Amino acid sequence: MSNIPGDLQYTRSHEWVRDLPGGLVEVGITDHAQAALGDLVFVEVPQVDTLVRAGDGCAVVESVKAASDVYSPVAGRIVASNGELAERPELLNHDPYGAGWLMRLQRDPSAPGDALLSAAEYAQFLDAAE
Amino acid sequence: MGLRTPLYDTHVSLGAKIVDFGGWDLPLSFGSQLEEHHAVRRDAGMFDVSHMCVIDLTGARGREFLRMLLANDVGKLKIPGQALYSCMLLPSGGVIDDLIVYFMTESWFRMVVNAGTRNKDLAWIREHADAFGIAVSERTDLAMLAVQGPRAIAKTLPLLSASHRARALEIARFSGAALDSWFVARTGYTGEDGFEIMLPAQEAPHTWRALLAQGVTAAGLGARDTLRLEAGMNLYGNDMDESRHPLESGLTWTVAFDPDTRDFLGREALERARRIGGEVLVGLILEERGVLRSHQRVSADGASSPLGEVTSGTFSPTLNRAIALARVPAGTGPRVLVDIRGKPHAARVVKPPFVRNGRILVQVES
Repeated sequence: MSNIPGDLQYTRSHEWVRDLPGGLVEVGITDHAQAALGDLVFVEVPQVDTLVRAGDGCAVVESVKAASDVYSPVAGRIVASNGELAERPELLNHDPYGAGWLMRLQRDPSAPGDALLSAAEYAQFLDAAE
Repeated sequence: MGLRTPLYDTHVSLGAKIVDFGGWDLPLSFGSQLEEHHAVRRDAGMFDVSHMCVIDLTGARGREFLRMLLANDVGKLKIPGQALYSCMLLPSGGVIDDLIVYFMTESWFRMVVNAGTRNKDLAWIREHADAFGIAVSERTDLAMLAVQGPRAIAKTLPLLSASHRARALEIARFSGAALDSWFVARTGYTGEDGFEIMLPAQEAPHTWRALLAQGVTAAGLGARDTLRLEAGMNLYGNDMDESRHPLESGLTWTVAFDPDTRDFLGREALERARRIGGEVLVGLILEERGVLRSHQRVSADGASSPLGEVTSGTFSPTLNRAIALARVPAGTGPRVLVDIRGKPHAARVVKPPFVRNGRILVQVES
């Protein structure tokens, strides 16, 4: 059973979103996603200052077996990306909701509301998919 | 539901992640693919390879038949138990399959062919066997385990009776021996020493558990692929197929042109290809971060038109770098560019294998 923290929001493409003060959000991939991908060996994080729309591919995570795109759950500007992952991609496996975070964005306040899932909705979505 | 090996229930009970592999439900990994890989390089790991197809060829003219059927020459096999790796070719030189053949007796040869090519292989073999009076029988009653790694043999021996243990210790590299209902061979697909064991299907589950108890790590298809690629071993369907001949697939060493009187299927086409020259399979080591994957395009430094493409690529856990096999014109290198998601990445051309017997055989840093 995968870990789905109650204080985060989720996407159907298995990203999580953590609200930070000042309209910032932190984004990563879920425990379910890292388990499905297997041992991660390479992470390509987005460049700071890149503007993204919700649903844009903005990072790539590669396990031994396959490459997978990570989509931005929200619209905004990338303000930070996790450089530690270049040296230690396994952080995504070991701590997907903590040290394995991928990027932080400044939300675009003018963008329409994003259709994110609550923890309960994401859990239901995973159950339905199985 | 796919086809299942006699070990399917065992794998599920051990928590394996099961995937479809050419119609078979097989374990991709039992936890961490990287740990399974390292276990084989450093200690001992085991794979369920019961999906592979074991074929017994019986009849007095077996050697004569195989000298016609295979690109490598079973005439090299002198001592019972000796094995030979070979391609089986179309008249065009295209590879129908790659396989291992064991010389058991003059009237019994045993072949192990790939699972995905089973039906066409059997049809092809039968089509040619009749004229030689060879009986072709598929051994679906057998399971097959590959126990691989520097400690694989030591960890397998306690499962054998004292007399079998003594005989197993005498098995030379790339040979096998029939030990009553088991056939034990010192062959594999990882670049490590170890045994491949063919045994009655009903004995497979308790044998698997006995090997676990000896400290052999259960490993899946994921580790099998990274190990074989590090060992520079081809995967049928990726690195060669019916549209490619052995000389452009890194398998020239498996084609026995001598003696020139031996008329094997595909010989004429290969003689022609040998005169013309052309493409070759090379190894690549990525000099930057990233992962090489099959079908990525390979170009020369500065040139825009592709020279060829990656046929198999992965992240090498032993080198901690991406490695690949790629098909390019002969003489390509020493550096190339590989297109990864639209961006050129520098890679160095090397001669496979990358790793054998736990040792790195290529220069990792440029």
